[in-house]
Amino acid sequence: MRQRLRFYLGDELREIDAVDPTLTVLDWLRLSERRVGTKEGCAEGDCGACTVVVGRLDGDTLRYEAVNACIRFLATLDGCRLLTVEHLKGPDGALHPVQQAMVDCHGSQCGFCTPGFVMSLLALYLNEERPDGRRIDDALAGNLCRCTGYEPIVRAAHAMYDIGERDSDRLADRAAVAERLKALRDEEILSIGAGGRRFLAPATVPQLAQLLLDNPGATIVAGATDVGLWVTKFQRVLATVIHTGRVRALRRIEDRGDALVIGAGVTYSDAAAGIAALYPDFGELIRRIGAEQVRNMGTIGGNVANGSPIGDMPPALIACGATLRLRRGEEIRELPLEEFFIEYGRQDRREGEFVEAVILPKPAPDMRFRAYKIAKRFDQDISAVCGAFRLTLDADGRVADIRIAFGGMAGTPRRAPAAEAVLLGRHWTEEAVREAMAALAGDYTPLSDWRASAGYRSMVATNLLMKFHVETSDPAAETRLVGDRRLAHA
Amino acid sequence: MPDVTTPLAPPLPPVALPDRIQGAAHDPRRHESAHKHVSGEAVYVDDIAEPAGLLHVYLGLSTRAHARIRSIDLSPVRQAPGVVAVFTAADVPGVNDIGCMGKQDEPLFASSLVEHVGQPVFAVAAETRDHARRAARLAVIEYEDLPAVLTIAAARDGERTLVTPPMTLRVGDADAALAAAPHRAEGRLAVGGQEHFYLESQIAMAVPGEDDDVLVHVSTQHPTEVQHIVAHVLHVPSHAVTVEVRRMGGGFGGKETQSNLFAACTALVAKRTGRAAKLRPDRDDDFQITGKRHDFEIDYRVGFDGSGLIHGVDMLFAARAGYAADLSGPVTDRALFHADNGYFYPAARLESLPLKTNTVSNTAFRGFGGPQGMVAAERVIDEIAFALGKDPLEIRKRNFYGDRDRNLTPYHQTVTDNILPELVAQLERTCDYWTRREDIRAFNRTSRILRKGLALTPVKFGISFTATHYNQAGALVHVYTDGSIQLNHGGIEMGQGLYTKVAQVVAEEFQVDIDTIRPTATNTGKVPNTSATAASSGSDLNGKAAQAAARTIKERLVAFAAENWGVPAEAVRFERNRVWVGDRDMSFAELVRAAYMARVQLSATGFYKTPKIHWDRAAGRGTPFYYFAYGAACAEVTVDTLTGEYVVDRVDILHDCGRSLNPAIDRGQIEGGFVQGMGWLTMEELWWDAQGRLRTHAPSTYKIPACSDRPRIFNVALLDDAPNREDTIFRSKAVGEPPFMLGMSVLHALSDAVASTADHRLCPRLDAPATPERVLSCIMALRQRAATECPLPNPPPPPAVEGTAAASQTAPSPAEGGGGTGRRQPVSAPPPDPA
Repeated sequence: MRQRLRFYLGDELREIDAVDPTLTVLDWLRLSERRVGTKEGCAEGDCGACTVVVGRLDGDTLRYEAVNACIRFLATLDGCRLLTVEHLKGPDGALHPVQQAMVDCHGSQCGFCTPGFVMSLLALYLNEERPDGRRIDDALAGNLCRCTGYEPIVRAAHAMYDIGERDSDRLADRAAVAERLKALRDEEILSIGAGGRRFLAPATVPQLAQLLLDNPGATIVAGATDVGLWVTKFQRVLATVIHTGRVRALRRIEDRGDALVIGAGVTYSDAAAGIAALYPDFGELIRRIGAEQVRNMGTIGGNVANGSPIGDMPPALIACGATLRLRRGEEIRELPLEEFFIEYGRQDRREGEFVEAVILPKPAPDMRFRAYKIAKRFDQDISAVCGAFRLTLDADGRVADIRIAFGGMAGTPRRAPAAEAVLLGRHWTEEAVREAMAALAGDYTPLSDWRASAGYRSMVATNLLMKFHVETSDPAAETRLVGDRRLAHA
Repeated sequence: MPDVTTPLAPPLPPVALPDRIQGAAHDPRRHESAHKHVSGEAVYVDDIAEPAGLLHVYLGLSTRAHARIRSIDLSPVRQAPGVVAVFTAADVPGVNDIGCMGKQDEPLFASSLVEHVGQPVFAVAAETRDHARRAARLAVIEYEDLPAVLTIAAARDGERTLVTPPMTLRVGDADAALAAAPHRAEGRLAVGGQEHFYLESQIAMAVPGEDDDVLVHVSTQHPTEVQHIVAHVLHVPSHAVTVEVRRMGGGFGGKETQSNLFAACTALVAKRTGRAAKLRPDRDDDFQITGKRHDFEIDYRVGFDGSGLIHGVDMLFAARAGYAADLSGPVTDRALFHADNGYFYPAARLESLPLKTNTVSNTAFRGFGGPQGMVAAERVIDEIAFALGKDPLEIRKRNFYGDRDRNLTPYHQTVTDNILPELVAQLERTCDYWTRREDIRAFNRTSRILRKGLALTPVKFGISFTATHYNQAGALVHVYTDGSIQLNHGGIEMGQGLYTKVAQVVAEEFQVDIDTIRPTATNTGKVPNTSATAASSGSDLNGKAAQAAARTIKERLVAFAAENWGVPAEAVRFERNRVWVGDRDMSFAELVRAAYMARVQLSATGFYKTPKIHWDRAAGRGTPFYYFAYGAACAEVTVDTLTGEYVVDRVDILHDCGRSLNPAIDRGQIEGGFVQGMGWLTMEELWWDAQGRLRTHAPSTYKIPACSDRPRIFNVALLDDAPNREDTIFRSKAVGEPPFMLGMSVLHALSDAVASTADHRLCPRLDAPATPERVLSCIMALRQRAATECPLPNPPPPPAVEGTAAASQTAPSPAEGGGGTGRRQPVSAPPPDPA
């Protein structure tokens, strides 16, 4: 048991013996350290003004990622390197190329969102060589600017590569930083707290399993992209937090041959490429989950385990036939994902049990999969409706297998049994699809709220089935507005 | 007697003589704080080093839309950890009111009656913000609910209580013109409100001083009003209250009056406790406490002839004002002032209806009612176009104000500077409107699911506060003996580059590099009795005032130099960091030192008031605007007819900045204003529940445009060689608000795409915000209308797939009106106008 939090603030090793388990990185920076360059815009991970860059070891590789300081708990930085906007200027006071490009391109107006943009651009600059416009849009999707309309910031994202000598970028310092972070690594449980509340961060799965048995009321936290808001918005006091981020075994994706076994601690960013290789449109869906900062923290396992009816992973995973591996102590069980969601706010998870992995079967060669996310905004928005479809036709063009799953249409992510039943065994024709659309309307009784009315949800869900049909039967039809449009007919 | 050998500050190091000074007027100079923005060094109110013993304040809010307060038990709040004091209406020493209009309808703390969810009832001061925030939730308040009026419809159908007297503008005889017109159309347009979403939320920090003094650091657009409000609330003279603002993290109108509350609250706590006090609401609370852009429902009738020429209009602008007057009067007035946009109405009756509702009191927002007026004008144009089967652009051009005639506005000001016909013709050419119109028709004929739309909309925006007395400004310029210059004026830097532009004015006057000039924080102790930085007026007013101050000093220097070196005044020239006195030249600093030694005053105030303007509201007549700013935008969109989603493919903008003071900054205003305007009309949706609670109260639920929502192709140009015909600062034009309304092009392009699903036979009457849901429901409704109102003898090829759910379940659709006459749009486009 280690009772000291250790991380680097820039090049300075910080060792902290007592810390509130849910103190955010942002509050620590601004209130304790008086490093006020990092701003609070929303305290819910949606505006990006608080963006900082965190360096962490992924295996033995150092990765720099933009994250939201406002909902990230300080103690989750254990073993990491934190960079803030104050680190960018050179020792001679010269602006970093990212900063200089922002100045040259008139990328700031009121300047309040600017430190966050600078840090998102820094992550891009450190990780990628001259990304294209679409990639820049993705990298900046989690940063809101109300003044500029973004155009000059995007110009800066292109221009920053032309300023100064890239190879000599002193901030990344990968080899040396990786060595320093490796030296912080251990297999101890981190246990730290203040005022009788604890933050526990095990390093292994057995440690995690035991901690959960020992602390049945504890809150499991992975990326804190949801739990962070319990703290910042609802001011909930969490007595014991058990963080999964240090458990390296949970952060692995294992190729089992017939399936990917995605550890519960794997972030969206970590999982995107592997999932997209199997299900390209699933990859496109992940591209539209949260934004870069959220995808760098949030986990597939967390999105499943929190049981939200509007999480985007469950419908896609259910359509793919994914199963869930749960563990309690030494006891392991697996169940089809759709059976995990019992009703709104209730999942099939016992006390002390945790999601260990999501098992995503690989598609058969003739399977067709599409996922559609409907929201008011394409990027960094929560779905009004998220629909996913997996279809297999037999040699005669009849529906041999169909799985239809929706989020946002009920209290849980749920399949559409009536629509599936209409289609099964039928030729994959518009006529059959129209019948299924009528049946689909009866599969769900959605709610009206600020994201969409019940009527729109129903209408769009049925229309998405038609879109799926068009995309799988009419290669000439243009159906996509965003992302890689080739995916429509992939 | 001063010793002549007293060392003066050394002169700044000499600089090489360039072709011109850096940061002169018209230079695309970078923002004066850009290097501080990007390094996190720019100081906002929450970043100011906190005085020892600072208290953190938080507000306790009403949870009811309309209720009597039966009892308030604040003891749990007082007993909460860290709490130092609690304040209610009873603790206000002066007037318990923070309203800007002196109507006493906006209490700092509600005492017996709450009138909207989120209204402050008390404040708690504690050792940390976390303590204060937690404690604020612990109050036990017993309410007796009263009937709540939450929507425009409920207010209009009910007692129609108004928060402020309405206005009517009349020109000609609208009823007679409508009756006599060959064609008529009518309908209702609903347009939503908008949250400012300044990235820096509201914030104030008050530091108590001796006697009655208090210093307030606050993120506000209107320090003088804050000063007055704080003085009234504390019952002290204005001279005791100093308000300082170095910069804001965005305002957009949301900090013109809405910051009064936070400033007054912290000042009260500071003076009552003797400790500095800071109040920064969480974003969700900021959304609930502060007012927004007014949503409107506009009833319109228009009479026109077969050529599309408007004969008369009649419009009623019903606005949701919220529970108090705030700026609803001037905002709804400005809606009427812009209900013509760029179009001549031979006869018009325009009426406002600022309706009281039990929602947060709506306020200023970039455009200030103007956008809501203009969308009505553009809807009317669309109605005519669809009725006559013509392209809307033709109808727009047909109705532009004339030069020598057809140039009287509904408020009886003559438009003398109209450049819309030329400006629109130029954009029409450069954006290739008619070719693209054809391409889009071709695309839509064959596309099953996606449809494209195109629209070109103009903007004509009146520049000046319609409250004439606001059109004044002061500045203060100090020249120090090292040649450095300190500049101060009454305008607020909120990102729009005002400090940069005004510094450019002073640099130009003195002919010194802009880095010689230090803009300092706006402070009511330096320049008093200022106007809000609003109405796009910042650089017009403060630029002129600073110019006047600089010229005063310059005149003294010229007089001194002429006398000292025995040359005529005309022989003293300021050029490129040097001063020529006859054939002698010296640095600016050398001249300044010499002048100081000769006891020349090197500090001056400057003052400016806008000439020519006057306004008689009761009569509805006058010249409220000094001049107009113009612009136009052409937007192309693609809509998914299965989901209602859309993207903006391309936008071309041509905008009139006069002779731009700073083309880089103006371009930023145009791009940013456009995207903000587009957001208002598309994805930004305020959603209240049946209890009057705003449920879209943070960026997780309220969606402003993100990076990828900006137009994929975005061509922005400033109109060349367009000096303001009026004597504005270096012939520039105001640019803060006008580009906002260029966003209308996106709404109309969406409408055009929607119209294609019914073969352009009917006006879609797409309301705003045009969320994907509203677009889809508009498509469904349009197809139903097309099927019943004007079925084609030979139906077109099967349209894109119909949904199966009932359209009636979806978002409210606009009221149905007459209008569509069933004529189809011509298949071929008319030839473009000759250039």
